[in-house]
Amino acid sequence: MEPGHDDMAIVETTALTRRFDAVVAVDALTMSVGTGEVFGLLGPNGAGKTTVVKMLTTLLPPTSGSATVAGFDIVRQAGEVRRVIGYVPQLLSADGDLTGYENLWVFAKLYDLPRAEREARIRDALAFMGLLGAADKLVRTYSGGMVRRLEIAESMLHRPRVLFLDEPTLGLDPLARQAVWEHVEQLRATYGTTIFLTTHYMDEADSLCDRVAILHRGTMAASGTPADLKAAIGKAEATLDDVFKHYAGDALETMETYREAARTRRTARRLG
Amino acid sequence: MKLRERDALRAGSVSWALPYLAHSLAAIVRFVDKTLTIANLEVRKLRHDPTDLASRAVQPALWLLVFGQVFSQVRAIPTGGLPYIDFMAPGILAQSVLFISIFYGISIIWERDLGIVQKLLVSPTPRTALVLGKALSAGIRAFAQALIVYALAVLLGVQMNWNPLALAGVVTFVLLGAGLFSTVSLIIACLVKTRERFMGIGQVLTMPLFFASNAIYPISLMPGWLQVIAHLNPLSYEVDGLRALMLAGGTSAYGLALDLTILLGAATVVVIIGGRLYPRVAT
Ligand SMILES: Nc1ncnc2c1ncn2[C@@H]1O[C@H](COP(=O)(O)OP(=O)(O)O)[C@@H](O)[C@H]1O
Ligand SMILES: [Mg+2]
Repeated sequence: MEPGHDDMAIVETTALTRRFDAVVAVDALTMSVGTGEVFGLLGPNGAGKTTVVKMLTTLLPPTSGSATVAGFDIVRQAGEVRRVIGYVPQLLSADGDLTGYENLWVFAKLYDLPRAEREARIRDALAFMGLLGAADKLVRTYSGGMVRRLEIAESMLHRPRVLFLDEPTLGLDPLARQAVWEHVEQLRATYGTTIFLTTHYMDEADSLCDRVAILHRGTMAASGTPADLKAAIGKAEATLDDVFKHYAGDALETMETYREAARTRRTARRLG
Repeated sequence: MKLRERDALRAGSVSWALPYLAHSLAAIVRFVDKTLTIANLEVRKLRHDPTDLASRAVQPALWLLVFGQVFSQVRAIPTGGLPYIDFMAPGILAQSVLFISIFYGISIIWERDLGIVQKLLVSPTPRTALVLGKALSAGIRAFAQALIVYALAVLLGVQMNWNPLALAGVVTFVLLGAGLFSTVSLIIACLVKTRERFMGIGQVLTMPLFFASNAIYPISLMPGWLQVIAHLNPLSYEVDGLRALMLAGGTSAYGLALDLTILLGAATVVVIIGGRLYPRVAT
């Protein structure tokens, strides 16, 4: 049996839809993610990946349809959802004017970690992500890879059941990307956290994800294990890139707006 | 029999109410703790980089030195017996509070662009606690500004009131004013969402708020229509309170109780509205 169905599902969406005026960013998306999986939502810029993540993390109300995370409805039980998830936004979100330690401290407080455990958890998280040495330095002096690791450390402090990572390696150099992958793997192995990540790098999905879904203009073009998808297009030696082209068309023509392009580049520049 | 039943009922309702009370008390403690956590970050940032504060001393210094000195010579403004520079000092303190707070929303937009707001909103923190924490953060910046204005005022020979109660009153008014204006600013940021539009509106708002108030001249000098606006302007009550508390011979035109009630009421309303609107900045 394929994992991620029936009672095993920890994230489930039903005809989940989000419009922005005329644009249908996510169009009647129905899918599920199994407990303990590393699940990858793939698609070119503008496919609707961030919009899906924002809805599942309660940041954005859906226009129609529904979704549950750990059994809680994302609209009616938003408060409960927030307690059981962690989130690393696509944008770089650590506060550069604070130290690494302080960045973690805020979230330790906001997530109500018991006082007695707070310091130990912060230290553990820093150690886990290899940042102990940089804990008291201002984050604006960190490299892009360090910032990402700090953000993942932050999102893990309260031991969430599902961790949402939106384009976690966007703009990172190959070595830093590798480090992020290893840490994500380790997180799942250590805490059994379900990982929901988005990416437009096929190699990332291939090496990291148990299952992927390909999002194309807000709708699901295909889903399954990377191996299934490669087999499905009937080409020996197919790569996920081929799968991607097969479903999304050569039209990697994106719907990315000017504003988003500007943002992406800004992020990339800060990381570089 | 009946009595006993009633006692049992009452005991029952008490045992019901107790966990409920404990629960709400814990919720309140968490609310306050999270509010203070957000404000605490501002203190830490100021400690990491205090240069920002120094550059903010320039504007009040210019107003007090240039405008204040010139108008002291002219003696054109009825101040109720105060030297003009004394009359003006609380007005400039209020102005500093206003200016530092009314552009506070830009930092919300900045934090949104960085993804910080998104992470705060995804955490299980009441929205009003986030907004109140931000209001308090603005208050902390304004307080640092107040120290500068106090130093300038002393240098210029303004007769200050050093009574500890009066000083505590000044701190209260500074925090309240900053909380009020910074939350108005946050609301604007949540509505317009972009830096450019925000700056436009901020600039359009600031000067009218300042000039349509009693900061540097009494309201009685204004034409009738402007007097109406000045009386609706919360800055007038901020100035009035500060004027009564900051100066050795200070008096309040409206009464401290009224000043405080209006500012507190307005701040409460905008914090509640801000709590509702804050999530919109992330969409
Ligand atoms: N706040 C918004 N307002 C208007 N349109 C939006 C907004 N957010 C996303 N969109 C549109 O929705 C579509 C999907 O965007 P997004 O979810 O960011 O894609 P991805 O993360 O896959 O790059 C794009 O066409 C984008 O322009
Ligand atoms: Mg995206």
